[in-house]
Amino acid sequence: MAFTAPKETYSGKVYSVTIGSGDREVTFGGENVLPFHAFEGTAPNRPVIAIEIQDVPPTDWADTVKKPYEAVSGDPVTWAKYCQDELKAKAIALRLVGTHPDRENRSPEDAVKTVKDVLAAVQVPLIILGSNHAEKDASILVAVAEAAKDKNCIIGKAQEANYKTIAAAAMANNHKIVAMSELDINLSKQLNILISQMGFDKEKIITDPMCSALGYGIEYTYSVMERIRLAALTQNDITMQQPLLGDVGMYAWKVKEANAPEADLPHWGATEERGIAWEAETAAALLISGAGLLIMRHPKAIQTIEKLIDELV
Amino acid sequence: MALSGVEIFKLLPKTNCKKCGSPTCLAFAMKLAQRQASIDSCPDVSEEAKQKLGEASAPPIRPITFGAGDKAVKMGEETVLFRHDKKFVNPCAFAVEIKDTLSEDEIGKICRQVLESEMDRVGQKLRIDAIMISNASGDAGKLDAAAKVVSAQAAVVPVIINTTNPQAADAAVKHFADKKPIIYGANASNAEAMSVVAKANKATLGIVANGLDELSALTEKIKGLGVEDMVLDSGARKAKDIVEHNTLIRRAAIKKGVKTVGYPIINFMQREDSMLEGLVAAVGVAKYASIIVMSSIEKWKNLALFTLRQNIYTDPQVPMQVEQKIYNIGEPKPESPLFITTNFSLTYFIVSGEIENSKVASRLAVMDCEGLSVLTAWAAGKFTASKIAQFIQESGVEKDVPHKELILPGYVAILSGAVEEKLPGWKITVGPREANAIPAFLKTR
Repeated sequence: MAFTAPKETYSGKVYSVTIGSGDREVTFGGENVLPFHAFEGTAPNRPVIAIEIQDVPPTDWADTVKKPYEAVSGDPVTWAKYCQDELKAKAIALRLVGTHPDRENRSPEDAVKTVKDVLAAVQVPLIILGSNHAEKDASILVAVAEAAKDKNCIIGKAQEANYKTIAAAAMANNHKIVAMSELDINLSKQLNILISQMGFDKEKIITDPMCSALGYGIEYTYSVMERIRLAALTQNDITMQQPLLGDVGMYAWKVKEANAPEADLPHWGATEERGIAWEAETAAALLISGAGLLIMRHPKAIQTIEKLIDELV
Repeated sequence: MALSGVEIFKLLPKTNCKKCGSPTCLAFAMKLAQRQASIDSCPDVSEEAKQKLGEASAPPIRPITFGAGDKAVKMGEETVLFRHDKKFVNPCAFAVEIKDTLSEDEIGKICRQVLESEMDRVGQKLRIDAIMISNASGDAGKLDAAAKVVSAQAAVVPVIINTTNPQAADAAVKHFADKKPIIYGANASNAEAMSVVAKANKATLGIVANGLDELSALTEKIKGLGVEDMVLDSGARKAKDIVEHNTLIRRAAIKKGVKTVGYPIINFMQREDSMLEGLVAAVGVAKYASIIVMSSIEKWKNLALFTLRQNIYTDPQVPMQVEQKIYNIGEPKPESPLFITTNFSLTYFIVSGEIENSKVASRLAVMDCEGLSVLTAWAAGKFTASKIAQFIQESGVEKDVPHKELILPGYVAILSGAVEEKLPGWKITVGPREANAIPAFLKTR
């Protein structure tokens, strides 16, 4: 008896999102199938990896991931150019972590200057992220959204506590936004609806269901992403059809397994490879569950994930 | 494919004799359909009906045991496509390839790596589960010699013999008699001879095909030759094809009840680049592989893959728990702070991670609340003042912290007075509500 391949057709489709401008613009999303299921539909765009930089030197980063940027990370402009020109970044994610009240507490004016300088120096699309302090982010992101007017950036992250201000600023200045909720498909759906109800184009939202690192709850992010994709595709739920963001680097490099010296834990093996693998494995799992945009840190992890994507598309 | 109650009813004697314990044959049929009863309870059912029911009630993916003893691996028995629907049942096995072109020393070295690969994570022992001995030389004598070394040096480890030469397989597999090895494999040109070898040696047979059509035809043919236990290789090697073939196999078996592909899958992930090999292996872990063959097993890669496998195969309905005890973070001194939280693994990981980030050595008292997070445990009456007091007293932490100060999660600030009352001599401090505020909290103390 011949084998009949049980292929499925899906009623829904993920929005495609284009960021940046000119010949350096990039597009992700757009598929009408589960991740890497091109055998039963179309997946026109490969997932995009944005390389993460920040407004202040990465003193808090793990040594393994600090090292490749040692010569450039003192200044965000040099750092951004290095990512674009040497690492061939397709997009850059600038995290304004120095604006956090517990860190350098940089002002909106400082943030605006950094954003303007980086935008002037690179041509690839820019993702501009706050410090994840809901209150401070509202003021910072409003200022930088205006400074980056019409550059077609992604601004984030809009959360339940601050989405109104951030979405309004993104709308006024023609940007996309990241909408983040905490590991719950219903919260994610609700935030998308709230933002759309403001008149914000739902096709300009990128959903961040909140990342978690390998070994530290990745199964929650994995399943929330998988469920969001199934709702978008099989139920044609138009409030869940945004491309998904995996903010991998920040979460993966924070955990013990990515940092602990081999001398302390010999049975865990080489520190450098272990850290890189931790970031890359986290990213791989999120790609398989539905991420269309990844934010990553280590050049080797990024390069290897690109090779995996080459094999998957 | 499972039968409905009415379909089962048609196969029963319809005498309503009640000997099975159910009032009517129809009631019994309904119980059978829901797998709440066994057909053996009916004394009058025909052999033919029994056989039909047996086939229909067999799990969609055949359960197979690989290896013997403590280190045996269970495969198959999966029932869903997505882990949020129901727990993935049998975690995939990781196998390392040993080529028979290697010297005895080199083979011995890999055997030791496998034996020493075991790690403990959240109470589970995780390891490289199997060895695949490949007939890379094409010489039956070399395969036999390599098998002999492995059977002597890694006697407890389940083994896959990789050759398409039936005589070579027959000789090599003899070193693993009664250990449920896998012979890989049978293809379109050697199916008959390989089936004979597998049956004679009570081995599981790996089926090697070029695509899903050929795979399904081959398993049907080999089952006809009397081989029951098989593992499937559709020929997929690229990550894209692995996703496609594994998904179609799993769907056909589970959703359509296609018996010819209702077996565990074996995937080959060997790559020059070990980091990439680890990522393709991750695709297999998530997407339905039962055996993942790799070319190297560095400790850093093992840790990442073991962790991923554990995460993907976690029961989504049962929260992961950590052991109740006082955890040291860094090297705490008598004056170091003491926190308390619940034993939901995610709560523990996040709280301990943030304390670690603060670089302030601390003690973290983790209390057994059946895997619930702080607020849920409080609401469920498992994280109460009297239970906290009892746990702190019985833990004996008092002798380590002369300051007798306990930091409560901010979400249960309401408990602070009651805990202080129940823990005479202790000072109760209310900490932050969210773990990410811990570094700032510690900084300002």
